[in-house]
Amino acid sequence: MSQSFVPDFASAPTAAAVASGVRRGELSARDVLDQYLDRIRMREGQVHAFNLVMEEAARARAAEVDQAVAAGGDPGPLAGVPVALKDLLCTHGVPTTCSSRILEGWAPPYDATVVTRLRAAGAVVVGKTNMDEFAMGSSTEHSAFGPTRNPHDVTRVPGGSSGGSAAAVAAGFATVSLGTDTGGSIRQPASLCGVVGAKPTYGMVSRYGLVAFASSLDQIGPFARNVADAALVLDVIGGHDEHDSTSLPGDGPQAASNLGRGVEGIRVGVISELEGALGIAPDVASRVREAAEALAAAGAKVEHVSVPSVRYGLSAYYMIAPAEASSNLARYDGVRYGLRVRGDDITDMYIATRSAGFGPEVKRRIMLGTYALSAGYYDAYYGKAQKVRTLIIRDFEAAYRSFDVLLSPTAPTTAFALGAKMSDPLTMYLNDVCTIPSNLAGHPAMSVPFGCGDDGLPVGAQVLAPALGEPVMFQVAEVLEASAPARGGES
Amino acid sequence: MSAIALAGWETVIGLEVHCELRTRTKLFCGCPNVFGEEPNTRVCPVCLGLPGSLPVLNRQAVDYAIRIGTALHCRVQPSIFHRKNYFYPDMPKDFQISQYDIPINAEGWLVLPSGKRIGIVRAHIEEDTGKTTHIGGGGRIHQAGYSLVDYNRAGVPLVEIVSAPDLRGAEEAREYVEELRAILVATGASDGKMEEGSLRVDCNVSVRVAGSAEFGTRCEIKNMNSLRSLGRAIAYEAARQVELVEAGEAVVQETRHWDEADGRTHSMRSKEEAFDYRYFPEPDLVTLAPDEAWVTGAREHLPVLPAERRARVAEAACVPVSTEAVATVVRLDLDGLVAAAVAAKADPGLALRRLANEVAGELDGRSGGDIEASAFVRLVHMEQGGELTPAQARTVLKTLVAQGGDPAVIAAGLGFEALATGALAAVVDQVIAANPREWERYTGGDDKLAGFFIGKVKAATGGNADLRAANDLLRQRRSG
Repeated sequence: MSQSFVPDFASAPTAAAVASGVRRGELSARDVLDQYLDRIRMREGQVHAFNLVMEEAARARAAEVDQAVAAGGDPGPLAGVPVALKDLLCTHGVPTTCSSRILEGWAPPYDATVVTRLRAAGAVVVGKTNMDEFAMGSSTEHSAFGPTRNPHDVTRVPGGSSGGSAAAVAAGFATVSLGTDTGGSIRQPASLCGVVGAKPTYGMVSRYGLVAFASSLDQIGPFARNVADAALVLDVIGGHDEHDSTSLPGDGPQAASNLGRGVEGIRVGVISELEGALGIAPDVASRVREAAEALAAAGAKVEHVSVPSVRYGLSAYYMIAPAEASSNLARYDGVRYGLRVRGDDITDMYIATRSAGFGPEVKRRIMLGTYALSAGYYDAYYGKAQKVRTLIIRDFEAAYRSFDVLLSPTAPTTAFALGAKMSDPLTMYLNDVCTIPSNLAGHPAMSVPFGCGDDGLPVGAQVLAPALGEPVMFQVAEVLEASAPARGGES
Repeated sequence: MSAIALAGWETVIGLEVHCELRTRTKLFCGCPNVFGEEPNTRVCPVCLGLPGSLPVLNRQAVDYAIRIGTALHCRVQPSIFHRKNYFYPDMPKDFQISQYDIPINAEGWLVLPSGKRIGIVRAHIEEDTGKTTHIGGGGRIHQAGYSLVDYNRAGVPLVEIVSAPDLRGAEEAREYVEELRAILVATGASDGKMEEGSLRVDCNVSVRVAGSAEFGTRCEIKNMNSLRSLGRAIAYEAARQVELVEAGEAVVQETRHWDEADGRTHSMRSKEEAFDYRYFPEPDLVTLAPDEAWVTGAREHLPVLPAERRARVAEAACVPVSTEAVATVVRLDLDGLVAAAVAAKADPGLALRRLANEVAGELDGRSGGDIEASAFVRLVHMEQGGELTPAQARTVLKTLVAQGGDPAVIAAGLGFEALATGALAAVVDQVIAANPREWERYTGGDDKLAGFFIGKVKAATGGNADLRAANDLLRQRRSG
């Protein structure tokens, strides 16, 4: 196994510890930041988690936080916590590339709602992380700026599409980070990088300022080294936002509200369809079985449950997501911002710009989606996929009549080698077979590290919950985290 | 191509009218909805469609849309938004947020002044595009040297009102647009300014043998920017289609562009070349489901609409509602003066005639809201009572419209002596006494002599007598 760049998690402070230290004036945000910047300087060359490290801005921000504390103020629950942002979250005046050439030279004139909320909570943004172009991919290899590597083994992928954000946390480049999850793009890289990653209920976190891939599926969520930090970040970024019409009313995720309660009496359903079939590796299946046993040992009632339509999730997803993407990505036409390649007339300019600006996977999905929405094909493809979506929601609802949470693997395998799946899109798509159903249903789900595969690389267990089920989801995840086998294979 | 060429043919027309709503802000963002500002100064991430931006629906726009739907007798229903996808530089997102199979307003109608009912298929909400100016290449995008885009209009709220193919001929189409415009203005939703583009009309035209039940193949005509060009375009297009069909050729379903300068329509794109808009539900917006109270409130707060106003005028003046004078008076906002006449027990028929003829002529198309009702009613009373002759009343009315004032003072100023009924009777008696032989023949049954006596009265009064009143007096004396 090649060199690992994963620092010793046990000794590094959590976001909660950093914030509480900074708020009490016991820690300086600048000193905290320096440690992270040092690690970035030493290891970023091998990992390539970032499209942009915002060293200067981060230092200025950390100084502001320290000054606020010195002046007797409270910078907030993430005071001085170094945060990395997936590079499709808009940052005012700072390039936001979506790892695409087509946005070359563009810097948003506004901040995403989540960015505003992180800053208001005292966080220090250290940089913008690499990703699969426009969040289309499961390995972060589909980036115009080159792949991110898995900090556990740089010959392997970190997963994707939020691979940069997962790797940044795993490598100790940031205490926590934000990613987006359209079909598993937070949970799968979290699983492959051995960190916690959560996708909240659709509408729980504002999408304002998230550059859209598939609007009805996209959600922003946190990466963290432990469950409590993930809950802390989610509670900061979540809650109603008037700039997003699909934003839920109410009191926000309250992800931390049930922490520490244990799982006595909690009903856990292990999804039968995702136990061993659909390309799920035996070592991964074993870890999930052990996770179920661990929950049972902690007092949960664990049983198997069938959610039959999850089998069709992948197919439905690859109609709906590309369809929405084909429309969302139409605006990158060279007229207003980003790349423009000149042509003889407007049509030529469109074609030349989009041909040069988009990578092959993005083009593939735009074509797929355009076709699925075309006159005469709509009902057979997009319309049918929406019906499958309804079926999945119905099956989940049935399961949640008997269970509080469901359990499955997050990804079918541990981190695979760079290049291993690039030539076969279908194999790559299968990475998301366990995660996609939650996006289609709009339900929350999260990945928690639970031991290692036969190759010594991290395995994630996925906890799924019904809509608005963040409190019980984090409650169960916390118990899994505590009962996870000691990490092997780390240096 | 003359109208004679169309004998035996019927022109079938359906109109799509885009109406800009008079909201303070745009449909999905807080940018001001204003006309005529510096290019690209009324824009934000949302109406520029910048990456990451999201639409939030404007409540006032929905309110206006409901008012329009209610005024057009539509079913106001829970609706959803769709994306209409096509590439064009005036569309920041390269899709337009519109409504598709489930519009907010469906299946209504309006009544033309002629009394004909025209079906409304739908009246849905959508966003406007920006404006492109193509420099060089005859103003067409593909030949242009370069193009300028102004996104100030991008995201301005529109309601698109689609009529059933119930209109027959250019004149009726114009009447429909005028009626619809009056309704839109009445609801407060629109300023109705065609010249500023706040009302834009596309039309579908087909022809068929008169009396046929089948529709012909239609063409959609775009780019008419006035009622006049709408009429011209329809007349041209109908004649073109008739000529084709009479020559044994088929009309091709296509979109055609009206050229104001050469007075013709030109093919833009055929059915085969038509865009596949790939409509699908807009995932960034939720179902629009106005509650019962909202819709009921809109219905209750609707102002009196033109059709109802015409009915009231017709009833007051005891004329059929389809009388042209009735439509004229309502169109020029003069129906309040008819009502004032009724309230003051002045002759509403006379009031209607004076308004539809003299006042309308004097206003020359302008709206007449600032004529003082009491002055107008007094004038009607003066004419009715014989204080002014019809000719004098017309003259006074012109001054009244132009300058306002008291009709009695205007009449005096013009030297129109108020000839009271008593004074007139004295003149009549004098004339009778001075012409005893003629009077004898008249009382003996020679009616022709009435004209002789009226002429004498007219001469004796210097033309200031109400000759109808004089005639009445003559007849009274004869029978008395």
